[in-house]
Amino acid sequence: MAEFKHRDIIALRDLTKEEIELLISTAENMREINSRAIKKVPTLRGKTIINLFYEASTRTRTSFEIAAKRLSADTVNISPSTSSSTKGETLADTALNLLAMKPDIIVMRHAVSGAHYFLAKKVSCSIINAGDGAHEHPSQGLLDMLTMKDRFGRLDGLKVAIVGDITHSRVARSDIQGLTKMGSHVYLAGPPTMMPPCVERLGNVTVCSTMKEAIQDADVVMMLRIQQERQGKTLMPNAREYSRYFGLNPDNLKLAKPNAMVMHPGPINRGVEMSSYVVDGSQSHILKQVENGVAVRMSMLYHVCGGELE
Amino acid sequence: MNLLIKGGRVIDPSQGLDDTLDVLVEGGMVKEIGKGLQAPAGTETIDASGTYVTPGLIDMHVHLRDPGLEYKEDIISGTRAAAAGGFTSVCCMPNTKPVIDNKAVAGYIIDKAKSAGFANVFPIGAITYGMNGERLAEMGELKESGCVAVSDDGKPVVNSELMRRALEYANGMGILVISHAEDLALVGEGAMNEGFTSTELGLKGIPRVAEEIATARDVMLAEYSNAPIHIAHVSTKGSVRIIREAKARGVKVTCETAPHYFTLTDDAVRGYNTNAKMNPPLREAADVAAIKEGLRDGTIDCIATDHAPHHLDEKDVEFNVAMNGIIGLETSLPLSLKLVADGIITINQMVEKMTVNPAKILGICRGGLKPGATADITVIDPSKLWTVTEENLASKSKNSPFLGWKVQGASAYTILEGKVVFSGRQ
Repeated sequence: MAEFKHRDIIALRDLTKEEIELLISTAENMREINSRAIKKVPTLRGKTIINLFYEASTRTRTSFEIAAKRLSADTVNISPSTSSSTKGETLADTALNLLAMKPDIIVMRHAVSGAHYFLAKKVSCSIINAGDGAHEHPSQGLLDMLTMKDRFGRLDGLKVAIVGDITHSRVARSDIQGLTKMGSHVYLAGPPTMMPPCVERLGNVTVCSTMKEAIQDADVVMMLRIQQERQGKTLMPNAREYSRYFGLNPDNLKLAKPNAMVMHPGPINRGVEMSSYVVDGSQSHILKQVENGVAVRMSMLYHVCGGELE
Repeated sequence: MNLLIKGGRVIDPSQGLDDTLDVLVEGGMVKEIGKGLQAPAGTETIDASGTYVTPGLIDMHVHLRDPGLEYKEDIISGTRAAAAGGFTSVCCMPNTKPVIDNKAVAGYIIDKAKSAGFANVFPIGAITYGMNGERLAEMGELKESGCVAVSDDGKPVVNSELMRRALEYANGMGILVISHAEDLALVGEGAMNEGFTSTELGLKGIPRVAEEIATARDVMLAEYSNAPIHIAHVSTKGSVRIIREAKARGVKVTCETAPHYFTLTDDAVRGYNTNAKMNPPLREAADVAAIKEGLRDGTIDCIATDHAPHHLDEKDVEFNVAMNGIIGLETSLPLSLKLVADGIITINQMVEKMTVNPAKILGICRGGLKPGATADITVIDPSKLWTVTEENLASKSKNSPFLGWKVQGASAYTILEGKVVFSGRQ
């Protein structure tokens, strides 16, 4: 079994295929704990985890918190409205002050790409990235891969379509980094205003000119949230037109392989990037993604703590 | 104090000179250049064998941060850095606090630099009052106060009508307009060059076309107004092409680039290195190649550093939050000499772009060693090996992407009006 030697998990770009496999297989084992009547093991007893969220999050923060608690770690949640950041304290100072209280792990979400690398240079505890700007969201990438692996038993050779605003999506980057390392072929579609330059150089990635081309015979169709606050006024005319050309509905879903998986990192804009018929339909694995999120985050916490069982 | 600089390779493109010669300095002026010169009694002699003896280097684009932002740099530390880098003259941009848009600020800078005595400082005044982009600054008085050009460097003049009038008015006053060419709408919230690296790092990109549109506009306005214009810090292949074509049609356009644009690509940003963050941003390999070609074929007239000191607190932060700009005065010479060593430009071209060209463009009485000229002289040791470290930089700020680089070439003696103001680095 491969060893996990990283103190931090900031980006799937920094991990090898073997390390990603290890994180996923540990998550598979962690799921058993989540199905018990008493969902708690003492693995991280005595460890202190700070969830430092500079951006709003419900799903990810809750998921990290539950993951930590199932492993018996103590958790503290800090978000900008309750921290000193509103008083003009720098990220480095906030982190150093938190560090003085001896946490073992800081789980952080931050609006600035690369903020975690900056933080990791300042502190001695582990850093886990819960999303940084438009860079990466590694726990989401891992849970997406785990969910695909559940369905297909493998990631190698899968055709995965990712549709939406690729430029602003940290989920897309982590999915691309992880999936291409694991042997999947990623097809991207979205308005050209939302397609970052040279994205095909990230790995086995094909940029499609239409959504149809991307989802044709796909094993997985991953739809991204249209973040209206990010697209401003210049990237698309409106949600109506977006939905018409880049929305997933029961009709265009037929282009994908029969029983293709439909996924979405949430939160969903029903009727914009996905019709409710698809969100709630039989091919949707969206809630399964959320469920797997807890196991994946347990695996991440476990491995950055050295992966030792009490 | 008289000075005899003996046996160096004297390179002075202003008079087509390149030969092993002696330079005799008397009373702060170049007295004589020739072979086997005899020094009068009491003359200090510098053995210049193995060196290049050139007119004092001129950096036409620096930020000295004084008045108002002295925590980053001040006129004393900035001119000491200039001397250490081999520069005897620097032109400082007007984005100080207050802005150089009046006689008092220009006079303060000139006086403070004179009393410090490390380098000549020629201020560049603002194009618009307060650099607000709204109405013209008093360019006539700025010129009379010693300003050698006007620029709103750091920001473009967004309003095309105002830029047109600035070019016309400045032309009438006999003062040059330097354009910071950038389309702010296209720059948006961009933090680095737009390309593969920005995609991978998830950083918002600044497209090349943001610079090129503004370069094209300003060149067209200069052409229409039949007025001279100088384009600052050219960084893209497209800008080089636009300027090359304009020059071929006879437009009075000149331009500069900075050492980082011919030395680094946006790969230097990897690791979210805030010391590789500047505006315009580092570009890609094709741009670096085009900049080198522009230097070689003469499209790019000058090498200027855009020396932009920032305090550690402004750089040791998250990438998006970090200030734009890097220091450059002390690394410009070795990085430019590297172009010579790599056969991109000749040593004569390099000296031209760092002496006579900026002097001519700005109309300053420097950049040559003809007898009677002010004895601003740089004695360059092209073989000096040294490592760029925070400790050996004279600048108050240390925001350089070249920290840790082993470089070759440095000023052995920087001579200002016949006086040695810097003699060799460790």
